[in-house]
Amino acid sequence: MRIALFITCVNDTLFPRTGRAVLRLLERLGHEVEFPQAQTCCGQMHYNTGYRRDAQKLAVRFVETFADYDAVLVPSGSCAGMVRDNYPRLGEPGSRLRREVERVAPKVLDLSELLVDVLGVTDVGAYFPHRVTYHPTCHGLRLLRLGDRPERLLRAVRGLELVELDGATECCGFGGTFAVKNAAVSAAMGSDKARHAADTGAEVLCAVDNSCLMHIGGTLSRQRTGVRVLHLAEILASTEEEPAL
Amino acid sequence: MSTTFVGMPAFPDAARAATGNAQLRHNLRKATHTIRDKRAAVVDELDDWARLRAAGAAIKDRVLRHLDVYLERLEASVTAAGGTVHWAADAAEANRIVTDLVRATGHDEVVKVKSMATQEIGLNEALGEAGITAYETDLAELIVQLGDDTPSHILVPAIHRNRSEIREIFRTRMAEWGVPAPEGLTDDPRALAEAARVHLREKFLSTKVAISGANFAVADTGTLVVLESEGNGRMCLTLPDTLISVVGIEKVVPTWSDLEVFLQLLPRSSTGERMNPYTSTWTGVTPGDGPREFHLVLLDNGRSATLADTVGRQALRCIRCSACLNICPVYERAGGHAYGSVYPGPIGAILTPQLRGVTSELDASLPYASSLCGACYEVCPVAIDIPEVLVHLRERVVEGKGHRAEKAAMAAAGWVFGDDRRLALAQRAAGAARGLVPRHLPGPGAAWTDTRDIPDIPPESFRDWWRKRHTKEGEQ
Repeated sequence: MRIALFITCVNDTLFPRTGRAVLRLLERLGHEVEFPQAQTCCGQMHYNTGYRRDAQKLAVRFVETFADYDAVLVPSGSCAGMVRDNYPRLGEPGSRLRREVERVAPKVLDLSELLVDVLGVTDVGAYFPHRVTYHPTCHGLRLLRLGDRPERLLRAVRGLELVELDGATECCGFGGTFAVKNAAVSAAMGSDKARHAADTGAEVLCAVDNSCLMHIGGTLSRQRTGVRVLHLAEILASTEEEPAL
Repeated sequence: MSTTFVGMPAFPDAARAATGNAQLRHNLRKATHTIRDKRAAVVDELDDWARLRAAGAAIKDRVLRHLDVYLERLEASVTAAGGTVHWAADAAEANRIVTDLVRATGHDEVVKVKSMATQEIGLNEALGEAGITAYETDLAELIVQLGDDTPSHILVPAIHRNRSEIREIFRTRMAEWGVPAPEGLTDDPRALAEAARVHLREKFLSTKVAISGANFAVADTGTLVVLESEGNGRMCLTLPDTLISVVGIEKVVPTWSDLEVFLQLLPRSSTGERMNPYTSTWTGVTPGDGPREFHLVLLDNGRSATLADTVGRQALRCIRCSACLNICPVYERAGGHAYGSVYPGPIGAILTPQLRGVTSELDASLPYASSLCGACYEVCPVAIDIPEVLVHLRERVVEGKGHRAEKAAMAAAGWVFGDDRRLALAQRAAGAARGLVPRHLPGPGAAWTDTRDIPDIPPESFRDWWRKRHTKEGEQ
């Protein structure tokens, strides 16, 4: 099975350690991952802000780059959701883009889907002796419908104590350009999320999307709560020899 | 406070002010979470909810596809039942028709059933200019009217008020409008409801003209339907001599059996009840029973234009339940007034810019009043994909004038992402400048750093790390 990694522009630029964690994890499980160099960005920011034509160009680039793989791993819930849910809206029915999207989009998977559904593993042999709370990001929850896959993976991590997050299904307030266009509301939502996270007594808040984590983590850090944020991949890649914290 | 939304600031400014109001945020959080939880409980108990929802959407879509046919059928049925049908292209025409109808009765007072359509067209203000006083009889609408306020929620218009504020409004304002509040009125909900009941009873018994909207209009029989909780609607619909109903053209359903679906979807989605306390239906006029004269004013006011948009038209499925408001994290923090329209929340953010256009700064800001979290779509009983329409309307806004800085930034980002070598160069430039990024960014970046720290920019992108790793492997 040929697995390609679509790292996403945000992870590529700001959170390369998430990408390195994905590789370490999958290689530990015996899978080779390819990184097609032509990849750039899925176009989510353009699409969500109203710049449809720019998003279309990036969608064309995406389906060309990832046409020949059996699975395309996207370690970001909102980017995976962009491809699976919104790409079909970018091409007219019957158009070349639409046909390509229909072929490629179903192969796009979040890390938890790849592990649980395709590779059939929930215990990935990770070690992370910390108290963790999980925030199910909106697109992971409502577009990808990840269900309890991430929590099942976390529960199987040796040493990890998973604690429930109050108001977990409520949006953290990031929302891409929403975070700056409606900064006051975004900050109020982020502040509530940070308070819920701090109330759990967890050391780490975990999610499948670094853009949400950048917002939640930035708020947690500004408010000096002491709670850190980590992408699911980093916790699953963590071992006694190479701990994530 | 103004009783209209004219001259409102754009959503982000109004919302910023609201987030700073601790009392408002407390009121909204408590109320929305209570209704939200009730809704979830009564929806979860139905194992065929998903099919009911699909049926509701399908019935509405069929009506919208053949709207001309169903509207003419409705007109014929209402006329045959002894009612008179009027067609209003916009708010001004609807207000003129209603004003003339009231004048023709010789009365200068009307009682009103809670109605979104009449608020949308500013009917009370138009009647006021013609010397006609309209009395709102829904408890929450009464609170809004007595307080010279505007509604902030579709179902619970006074959701932004708590009971001590309501007591104060009743105590100071009721006397101007009729029966005053009793001496020593407390903020006990029962005492407040009793004061409203006594105040309104006089209006019900003495007013000869009533104005309503309708939740549904059945084309086959010409029957209009109102769902309510308090019984004030039933009073207005049965006691006066003349009844005038102002109804949006999208409210028509083909037959009575279609109501079966909506009478389940609506109460569970709106008040979180299995069934609403009062469902009133009326068909034309019945000699010796109820109003002697019935007028139906069918209102377009931007609906035909909305129907012409293949993506946006799904907003016309809306049955005004408010489930999307009650679940929305943005509405919860911004409050209803920030949306500058009688339709607040997620549905307002897609309905108002379609009904009014996106030419004003406020209306153009509404499609952005969402983090696109998708909770609204999930609870919508007629499956309106609100995030899809929001993005569609953002495209419309961007096509217009302005947004010059954003357009330049998006074009630049599009250029960088258009080629992986350009992206790699941009990432190396960012990595090299990583030590220069201040904790508090200037200009638009301040919107981020005012409340959040920014992540450290890593020295090396993933792409460069990968390339090095594989070059090394190749050399070995």
